[in-house]
Amino acid sequence: MHRSVPAAVSASQIVPRPEPAATRHHRLLNSFIDHTLLISVSAVLLAPFVFVVATSFMTGAQARTASLWPRPFQPSNYSEVFTTISLVRYTWNTLQIAVLSTIGVLISSIPVAYALSRMRWRGRQTAFVLVLGTLMLPLQVTIVPLYIVFVRLGWIDHLTPLIVPAFFGDAFSIFLLRQFFMTIPEEMSDAARVDGGSEWQIMTRVIVPLAKPAIAAVALFSFLYSWNDLFGPLLFVGNNPHLYTLAIGLTEFTQRYGTAWELMMAASALIMLPVIVLFFLAQKVFIEGVTLTGVKG
Amino acid sequence: MSPWLIGFTVFIVYPMVSSLYFSFTHYDLLSSPVPIGLENYRFMFTQDPVFWQAIRNTIFIIAVGVPLRIVFAIITATMLTWPRRGIKVYRTIFFLPAMAPPVAAALAFVYVFNPSFGPVNHLLNLLGMKNPPTWFYSPGASKWALVFLGLWGIGDAMIIFLAGLLDVPRQLYEAADIEGATAPKKFRFVTLPMITPVIFFSLVIGTIGGFQYFTQAYTAAIAVGGQRSDLGTPQNSLMFYSVYLYKQGFNYFRMGYASAMAWVLFIITMICTLIMIKTSKRWVHYQGGMFR
Repeated sequence: MHRSVPAAVSASQIVPRPEPAATRHHRLLNSFIDHTLLISVSAVLLAPFVFVVATSFMTGAQARTASLWPRPFQPSNYSEVFTTISLVRYTWNTLQIAVLSTIGVLISSIPVAYALSRMRWRGRQTAFVLVLGTLMLPLQVTIVPLYIVFVRLGWIDHLTPLIVPAFFGDAFSIFLLRQFFMTIPEEMSDAARVDGGSEWQIMTRVIVPLAKPAIAAVALFSFLYSWNDLFGPLLFVGNNPHLYTLAIGLTEFTQRYGTAWELMMAASALIMLPVIVLFFLAQKVFIEGVTLTGVKG
Repeated sequence: MSPWLIGFTVFIVYPMVSSLYFSFTHYDLLSSPVPIGLENYRFMFTQDPVFWQAIRNTIFIIAVGVPLRIVFAIITATMLTWPRRGIKVYRTIFFLPAMAPPVAAALAFVYVFNPSFGPVNHLLNLLGMKNPPTWFYSPGASKWALVFLGLWGIGDAMIIFLAGLLDVPRQLYEAADIEGATAPKKFRFVTLPMITPVIFFSLVIGTIGGFQYFTQAYTAAIAVGGQRSDLGTPQNSLMFYSVYLYKQGFNYFRMGYASAMAWVLFIITMICTLIMIKTSKRWVHYQGGMFR
């Protein structure tokens, strides 16, 4: 938005002058140095992934040595993971939480964000400040009483405490959606109002289709939050191995003596994989979403 | 608005009020809360050495981790603005570690930094280092290993800085070129002032996040100790504020004490945020307003 000053002369009008050989060499050298540095940093950042995958194919004995490459190659670690921990059940539990709470976050946060950005009413500013305040509030301040409420409701050792709150709006999602809705020109709504559309119709037929990128980002963040969360599942289903999520399940490999590192790394690789595939599929949504949280705030 | 209002009341207002009340009581979930006045707070500040240890650990991870992450995010984001070709590939690679689920990432780091068979110390040995740190197994180095884990997952911060860097008007650099400014000068007098809003945002988010640092610390500690009760291992060096609060509340079921800790956390967070907002006026430059 700050790059809008038009250049006096457009690029096509400038006749390119042949580049002197010295400058060209200099430029090539610079570009070579740039790429060398970029590749080095890339290698360091990718290394932990490589170590995880390499170790996941090692024998238990080899995983406890400094060797870097699996020999013999033992892919059976991956099938053994499924018998050591109930990976399928944990995946199913995690998916239930992640999918249902994402749906909950979307259907509860979109109308609130809409009301906070595209409708005029008394107290709107106050409500927005409250949402911002909730964003700042540490989870720890509310968790003890909530835990007690869930104990009384008999919801401990159920998935419900990890799903139901999502249906009552999530401050971060409301904030992100509100920021995006604010950027949609008011004329879009006005046109629909002239045609006699109700606020609900304007929201569902005009704003929501226009805000797809932001909604996709909110859905992804919410899904990932549930997929990655450890604190919530530990609190509410931490004593019921039947309802463990993947995050808790992974910690089951830790043993006082004789942690099976090769299995732990195989399980870690399996848990990283879907998220990384998701990232490749929806990279644009991710990057725009992260940018939206940080820059327009 | 109404579902949110119900949610706000049930999940925010009511718990806040009752946790404030619990913080002045002794409450073990089995019997009803017994009011004990300021006893929890008095004990916390004067008689609980682990509380202070948790405070020191948390200050370390914030004071060291947050600035290092900002510096590293600026470096990686700047590097991504260099090449004409391949920027998308590099950006994907730089961002990828941020996608690793924190539990898996922490376990991977416990393995990679293992003193006897991890590749990191293997490399340090090859480089001629006689006694490399034992990382997660030593109280002096365990927090540093977590700092490195934080730097590995730089992606989310980096993307925000990248957007900030690309938002700096080109004309400013062109003007600096005409003045004959060197690259470091351009960074100091053009880039840095223009990205102060992003630095400020990262500082605030990082500090708030630091007080709530839990998953990686919990995972690393029990991976090293071997049992769920081994929070803070080795020797409470990974006992961060939120980990200790979890231990008091949900291992020992001292709900009153945990609530008091939560309120102290809330007040510290608010004070830090307010200080940052107040001082930000001196060094943060906004183009236009904050609420554009």
